[in-house]
Amino acid sequence: MKLELQGITKSFDGFVANDSVDLVVEPGQVHCLLGENGAGKSTLMNVLFGLYEPTAGRILVDGKPVVFRGPGDAMAAGIGMVHQHFMLIPVFTVAENVALGNESTGVGGILNLEETRRSIKEISDRYGFDVDPDALVEDLPVGVQQRVEIIKALVRKANLLILDEPTAVLTPRETDELISIIGQLTDSGTSIIFISHKLREVKAVSDKITVIRRGKVVGTANPDAPATELASLMVGRAVDLSLGRTPAIPGDAILQVRGLNVLSETGIPAVDQVSFDVHAGEILAVAGVQGNGQTELVEAIMGLQDKATGSILLGGAELLGRNVKDIINSGVGYVPEDRSTDGLISSFTIAENLILNRYDHAPMAQGVALKLPAIAANAKEKVAEYDIRAGSSQALASTLSGGNQQKIVLAREFSRPLKLFIAAQPTRGVDVGSIEFLHRRILAERDAGTPVIIVSTELDEVMELGDRIAVLFHGQLMGIVPGNTSRDILGLMMAGANAEEALAEVAAQQVPTTIKDEPTLPGGIA
Amino acid sequence: MKTTESTHAAPGHRASGKNTGTVVPVLVRDRKPVIGYGIGALIALLFFAIGAPSALATFRLSSAGDAVELPPLAIPSAAAGWVLAALLVAATVYAWLNLRAGRKNPGWLALTYGLAFLMAFLIWVVGSANNPNISLITLLGGSIALALPMVFGSLSGVLSERSGVVNIAIEGQLLLGAFAAAVGGSITQNVYVALICAAVGGVVVSALLALFAIKYLVNQIIVGVVLNVLVSGLTAFLFGTLLAPNADALNSPPRLRSFSIPGLADIPILGPLLFRQTLLGYLMFVAVAIVWFALYKTRWGLRVRAVGEHPKAADTVGINVNRTRVINVLIGGAVAGLGGSYYTLVSVSQFSRDMTAGAGFIALAALIFGRWNPLGAFFAALLFGFATNLQYVLAQAGTAVPSQFMAMLPYVVTIFAVAGLVGKSRGPAAAGEPYVKG
Repeated sequence: MKLELQGITKSFDGFVANDSVDLVVEPGQVHCLLGENGAGKSTLMNVLFGLYEPTAGRILVDGKPVVFRGPGDAMAAGIGMVHQHFMLIPVFTVAENVALGNESTGVGGILNLEETRRSIKEISDRYGFDVDPDALVEDLPVGVQQRVEIIKALVRKANLLILDEPTAVLTPRETDELISIIGQLTDSGTSIIFISHKLREVKAVSDKITVIRRGKVVGTANPDAPATELASLMVGRAVDLSLGRTPAIPGDAILQVRGLNVLSETGIPAVDQVSFDVHAGEILAVAGVQGNGQTELVEAIMGLQDKATGSILLGGAELLGRNVKDIINSGVGYVPEDRSTDGLISSFTIAENLILNRYDHAPMAQGVALKLPAIAANAKEKVAEYDIRAGSSQALASTLSGGNQQKIVLAREFSRPLKLFIAAQPTRGVDVGSIEFLHRRILAERDAGTPVIIVSTELDEVMELGDRIAVLFHGQLMGIVPGNTSRDILGLMMAGANAEEALAEVAAQQVPTTIKDEPTLPGGIA
Repeated sequence: MKTTESTHAAPGHRASGKNTGTVVPVLVRDRKPVIGYGIGALIALLFFAIGAPSALATFRLSSAGDAVELPPLAIPSAAAGWVLAALLVAATVYAWLNLRAGRKNPGWLALTYGLAFLMAFLIWVVGSANNPNISLITLLGGSIALALPMVFGSLSGVLSERSGVVNIAIEGQLLLGAFAAAVGGSITQNVYVALICAAVGGVVVSALLALFAIKYLVNQIIVGVVLNVLVSGLTAFLFGTLLAPNADALNSPPRLRSFSIPGLADIPILGPLLFRQTLLGYLMFVAVAIVWFALYKTRWGLRVRAVGEHPKAADTVGINVNRTRVINVLIGGAVAGLGGSYYTLVSVSQFSRDMTAGAGFIALAALIFGRWNPLGAFFAALLFGFATNLQYVLAQAGTAVPSQFMAMLPYVVTIFAVAGLVGKSRGPAAAGEPYVKG
């Protein structure tokens, strides 16, 4: 199927998310949409999939203009979409999910899932998906859930498949599998729109690349274009690829975690017998696919997990069992992974958000009263120091971009002397310019002698910041390896191999992997 | 707070190695049901076995004039108490062993346990009455009758909540249904018109719920509560100003007569219970079956459940989320309205203030107890009806247990049920959350 978008514009209350975007996808081609978070990629795809109506412009399928009033129309025209957050019902079986909206029925609307099961098996066999139609979706790993989404589209005879950030939740190995699936699909004539902000994958899968910045197409490129060129197109200026970091000078082990166990709400061990040290002046990066216990580990250190056992010693003092405020006051700085719900109060001003950890004592307060001049002065100083771009320090945090919000969180946490600094996903959803800035700040804190823990699901960020890298899988520590460990080894560890196994396997194979190493770019963009 | 739960972690549950293709299911250990079993078994042992009365508990199985007259059932209270208590202890041990081994407790276990406990309690309480002789038919038949509006009410809840709209307004739907049936029936003197009026009355309440909850995104619980108060006030006002002064014209609806199904009504025990109903009684059985079948076996049901679980996913496959919800809430209103007509067409032949007396809220509890499943809600409502009727029957038999305690029983059962002592009750994931596109 040939798809053309002509002059697509979509605006929300005056904010233009897409500005006359033109795009042509040829049959059997993998067309990548490359752009930073918030560049307007997802909006464009939601327009194409009928979830939003375009303000202007038209869509042509095989040369004929079409109008989609809803996802149903788009699917009828042969467009399928795999959303970044899967559109699957966890308590339904695979067959029920695939059938939904497209059910075969007998007399009186009685469900007949037999036919659906047959088509699932057929597609599953053809592409080697290994999906059981009667499995409950909530029991399946994310990689398999993604295949269910692809099956959903294929059952509906999709000739064009939109994959929205498909690798965000996958291990490197699952990513390789997905790339081979994409190859099989294009061989059978399906066109793919692949949305990503990761240069490495984009270069590996695409036939053609369209770069979007601030809702506009800023250029097209071939996959063999150099990474730096694509990056600067995406960001809009030359990107400095090196942080210029110096080697760590580790001091004493300040944080000592021993035999830490955390039970999740459902009673499953989320962190399982984890022990490690973090030294003064080093960054320990914690790698792993989302949901392998990183969140619980960090929350246990911060006193946010009730069901934690073991020992967490900070400078010899036990943290476990103390309350959060106590832990903060003992000198732990914390950047939570979800800045909009845990890091900031979005209906508070910048100035107020900047003192959330110091609001109740001098110099920000005296007795029960806040000292407003001190708060204003602090805000002025931090806004300047951290280059927080806002109309004024009285602007609500919710009005800022992700990067500027994260600068508020970092400024707040760095505004007092720290004994330990923990940042979970410090650059998620942050523009490249801010990523550079945030990374430099974190490195400066390390160089000042603070032990630092960085949790990230972006392998690039982990490799770039980590002096040592700890890998978590299903709540267990797979090992701690040096910061210069290769991507292949880390990938195997993230999929459940321990450090020795991963080393042995990589040494034995020496097979070039699907995705070749590129120079590392700041944060998760590479 | 540190807990000792880590010692209960399942061994060998982890997916190990590099195998990322499968997830070994991890059983969530919920100890609450076993604790509940244990408490029940202990009560049975102490009261029903050790404290058993010496009298025979006699249950009459048929009434004079039945086609087949069964002899009454005389059960020695002590022997029966010991046997049943032993059964309850055995069930508790079995459940505990399952928990330790990380196995799931089968569904029949809870059912067997519940029935055994109920029987033991009944034998004990009847055996210790002044006149240890009651009619089982009257007890069970009355239970069904009392449960009827609750069954309709909980079906309304199932329909609405399965599509993602929390329905606290069941009480209001029942009450307006009762009112509309009384007025419509009085004016036309036609029971069928009265039934239709009742359904319309329920729909009016649910239309308001749909309007505010779905269109204007008002908090669904608040809308529901406000609607209940609104209906209560409105019907009380209309009753005082219109119905009471003109009782003959506006508040004397015709009676819905019960009729027997020839042949089936002569089956011993079951006949009088199931096949000597009013039209509304037969409708109840049919409605439970239809809603269950439609929800789990048809395209419509799959879509409704999808909308209640993950509305955005339903939207992306072309299902109109809000239309589905509106339709379901309206159907639910009609069902509850019909149930309300029981009060004015079957129970008594006139409307009075707040005559539903909280049945809508018990229906809500039945809905949760029955895990949002029409059959489960039906049996839960029957249980509540049974507990209510038991106090009337026992009052006649003259029991040592104060009737106020009997009257509390349904509510105690509800609290235990909702607290999860009888197992986890997981509702539709998106219930209570309005859906906004984009």
